[in-house]
Amino acid sequence: MTTQSSAAAARGAAAEAAADAYPRIVAALIRITGDWTLAEDSAQDALAAALERWPADGVPGNPGAWLMTVARNRALDTIRRATVERRKLRDVAVLALTAATGEPLPAEEVVDDRLRLIFTCCHPALALEARVALTLRTICAVPTADIARAFLTSESTMTRRLTRAKTKIADAGIPYAVPEGPALTERLPGVLAVLYLLFTHGYNADGEPAFAAEAIRLTRLLARLMPQQPEASALLALMLLQHSRRAARRDADGNLVTLDKQDRARWDHAAIAEAVDLLAAVPGDGPYALQARIATCHATAPSPEQTDWATIADCYDQLVRRQPSPVIELNRAVAHGYAFGPAAGLELLAKARAGGALDDYPLALAAEADLTARDGDRERAADLFREAAARTHSESERRALLDRAAENA
Amino acid sequence: MKYMMFVCVDGDPDTDPAPEPDIDEWVATNDAKGRRLRGHVLAPADAATTVRVRNGQLLVSDGPFTETKELIVGFDLLECADLDEAIEVARTHPMARGGRIEIRPFADFEQ
Repeated sequence: MTTQSSAAAARGAAAEAAADAYPRIVAALIRITGDWTLAEDSAQDALAAALERWPADGVPGNPGAWLMTVARNRALDTIRRATVERRKLRDVAVLALTAATGEPLPAEEVVDDRLRLIFTCCHPALALEARVALTLRTICAVPTADIARAFLTSESTMTRRLTRAKTKIADAGIPYAVPEGPALTERLPGVLAVLYLLFTHGYNADGEPAFAAEAIRLTRLLARLMPQQPEASALLALMLLQHSRRAARRDADGNLVTLDKQDRARWDHAAIAEAVDLLAAVPGDGPYALQARIATCHATAPSPEQTDWATIADCYDQLVRRQPSPVIELNRAVAHGYAFGPAAGLELLAKARAGGALDDYPLALAAEADLTARDGDRERAADLFREAAARTHSESERRALLDRAAENA
Repeated sequence: MKYMMFVCVDGDPDTDPAPEPDIDEWVATNDAKGRRLRGHVLAPADAATTVRVRNGQLLVSDGPFTETKELIVGFDLLECADLDEAIEVARTHPMARGGRIEIRPFADFEQ
């Protein structure tokens, strides 16, 4: 092997070990020192040292433990040099750090640290956007510049936002802990919502695709760490099912392809199988479990015509009872239209629109148009498709709706 | 950690018909646990006087500083382990449902 390629291999090994070890090191150092910046700086220093030394010295047997030791020593040095005013913190942290010197932390404790970190980053006392950004930065080690780009803001603004969030964690006394008992039940949906937001941020048309993969990685971790919380597994299944379609969602020109027109051979069937297995062990009445079951019906149907609409309609019935919202009622009407005939769908759609919340929602008009067409009134359907096309802000959606209008004219 | 808890009113109370927690019980419980160091109800906002000094000149005006409907009607000084404990204390205060409660940590100059 040439020097150049072994250097490249060492860099590759360092990068790989970093992706896995970084969040655990940060999490452990935050727990010990209570200082987010110190923890992140020390972990970064350790990474830099690895990239400098490993290409020459070779990759150590346990790269994660090597990085942890170097990061811990950096943190210790920084604290030892800290000013007299910080003596109290220094004494406590030096004690904790020296007590843990040498050996890598026991596995459960490490796992526990990352869970604590997730719950701290997703604390409801932080602004929602700060929660997502902090999760990406601290747990997924996504560079601030990438987060800024995804949130359509400048790097300096995002840095300030992250700093503010970290300052609030310290100043307001946000605990670095996983809540217990009823508080956990209250806090977990917020954590899951942040992870799902992270996912959709990556999955949406103009999002950052890597975020979807990060969200899945993190939710997988959470589901593994909290096996007694079925909604964590259900959310993982939901993400896997949606993500399984990523290769089929766009045509050669980059336009979005609707579910019924996608090439099902291009779906990730391993991901679908994993999600189906996960869901088999999850009781069915949580909101993510219900959404994942709906997604399963779509993902496992051999063709759009063979979709199990009766089960989908049933899931929407339960979902609308748990989380009543006009959009869920709209989807429920569409499902009933496919399961029990267009007249049944139109009746539910009329109820969904009665509150007026869907008046400016082009998809409600499009759904009514589709149900009307299938009910046989093609003339009225064409009018409705044209009306929906006039309301939408998406050019590709507008074209698709005008095509449907022409089909029915 | 010390937290100042501002008890505020606003025009959007909770509509849950379940009875609100009892304020005397709230005070007794949190005093007994050493979490509430002091606290009091304030006189109505029209008793407020606002004082400012600008360029050496004293400006005294009638009424509270705030110009919204949200007014501070009371305060409690808390000693809690962390924000979660302070949130728990605030959650059980009847005014969390009648108005809103702002928890502000004391700035820590030691760190």
